[in-house]
Amino acid sequence: MNGLVGVLLVGVGGGVGAAARFWVADTVMARRASGLPWGTWTVNVAGSFVVGLATGWLLFGGAFEHWRLLLATGLCGGFTTFSTASVETAALLRSGRVRRAVLYALSTLAVTVFAVGAGVASVATLTR
Amino acid sequence: MMGRVTAPPRPPHRDVRLLGLVAIGGAVGSALRYAVASALPATASWWPWPTFLVNVVGAFALGWLLEAAAIRGPETSRLRRLRLFAGTGVLGGFTTYSSLALEVHGLVVHQVWAGAAVYAAGSLVLGTVAAVLGIALGRRTPPRVTQRMTR
Repeated sequence: MNGLVGVLLVGVGGGVGAAARFWVADTVMARRASGLPWGTWTVNVAGSFVVGLATGWLLFGGAFEHWRLLLATGLCGGFTTFSTASVETAALLRSGRVRRAVLYALSTLAVTVFAVGAGVASVATLTR
Repeated sequence: MMGRVTAPPRPPHRDVRLLGLVAIGGAVGSALRYAVASALPATASWWPWPTFLVNVVGAFALGWLLEAAAIRGPETSRLRRLRLFAGTGVLGGFTTYSSLALEVHGLVVHQVWAGAAVYAAGSLVLGTVAAVLGIALGRRTPPRVTQRMTR
């Protein structure tokens, strides 16, 4: 992949993804007042489902490599966030809510991996 | 408040200028993540080094930034712009959960069970430790450092 084209595709996708994350996560948090950071949890799960769709499309639909950079590396990479999830886990630990911290970290990981599989499987089903 | 009636302030995530700021930061952070992945030498290892590195480094940096900003007291609008651009935008875009999930899923599909478990647990544990260390450093960061960054 041409280096500059790749950087541009990832940058554009990442910019849109980050703004969408900010909007979605804060909208979710404004509506749910409970102990877990549901905003970040939601964007990470949704973004993982979309990255599964994109990966499935590349595998079964024969999409171009450019789409992977724009959608998977850029859009989904910018939409989801590991740094915020880690700081939120650290904050739960620091406030002594150890069980919540473990629940938050493990449920994010398990559900995002499942979401990737669901995305890939959806495309596999639709294209056959 | 002098009894003046004003409209309630718009929440940050519905302010177009702040959304734009996060978008620019996210573009920079995502492009940086891609640049790091492209710059790292290709290895035959199954361990996804690029994602692992950006995630752990980004978790440390965000812990530091948020804590260093928070200990200064109530958030000024300049500090909020810095937090949204550098934290939500750059570091949010630099790190990624979708790649982590995709890579763990790939290891599971190829039945590299131990690899999937070690990579997943290693990312979660080291990411959290990095965030805790970043927060600890942020607490010790003199306010003038963040003052300078918002000038």
